[in-house]
Amino acid sequence: MKGLYTWGGILAITFASVVGDVLLARAMKQVGDVGALWRKSGLIAVVRRTLGNPHFFFGVTAMAVAFFSLLFALSWGDVSLVGPAAASLTYIGNAVAAKIFLHERVDRRRWIAASLVAAGVALLAG
Amino acid sequence: MFAAAGDAMLSHGMKQTGNISIHHLQSVILAVLNPWVAVGILLLLAFFTTYMTALSWADLTYVLPATSLGYVLLAFVARFLLHEHVSPLRWLGIALITGGVGFIAGGPALTEHPRVECSGATSPSFDSAQDKLLAKTRRDGAASEVES
Repeated sequence: MKGLYTWGGILAITFASVVGDVLLARAMKQVGDVGALWRKSGLIAVVRRTLGNPHFFFGVTAMAVAFFSLLFALSWGDVSLVGPAAASLTYIGNAVAAKIFLHERVDRRRWIAASLVAAGVALLAG
Repeated sequence: MFAAAGDAMLSHGMKQTGNISIHHLQSVILAVLNPWVAVGILLLLAFFTTYMTALSWADLTYVLPATSLGYVLLAFVARFLLHEHVSPLRWLGIALITGGVGFIAGGPALTEHPRVECSGATSPSFDSAQDKLLAKTRRDGAASEVES
């Protein structure tokens, strides 16, 4: 039963992380280049525009869900399983979600990179 | 670096807090009062700020794998500063991550979408107008391809 809880937690972390990452990436693309905006309009304008973006708000909410799922999963399972499993699945999930929802050009180079990093993180953190 | 250090501190703090029961959700709030968890959260906030800045000028599929270099840095710190043992399997993991980051670093950081040029900064409402225009452009393009 504990294993089921742990894997449920891992899947919850992955799903919420992917949703959060996609929404935050969308928000920051709408905000524009932060460095250029800072030089042009100042830090307050950057903060105001970022915090005022609805995608940012929902992205942070999804990240908060992922964070509390991580706390739950860490209290149920070993960090050596929860950490690498959730991180690896998030890299793959993000590559799929970025292609579908952000229309990013995920070419062969990026698929290979996501797969290598996912495998590497699983080995390193496991 | 921020993410890896933050995660390590959170893990340490949650092990001190003990198991959280689904029937006692208030213990999750109390866990935040643990100093290790609190410092871990601060470090993750620093990571979040730098991560968001990178996302403003680069693709998610470019930025996210690049942040995994934090795992590699942490492994080197563990090996050479903390004198921990790093197994051959973990060195293989480091090699895979480095190879993966090398793969994306050689490509473009941002997918170029055809966008309307504007002298002022974009706002969310303006951006959605751009999206509609972009969708229309795509539809028109598809229609012209069918005609030809």
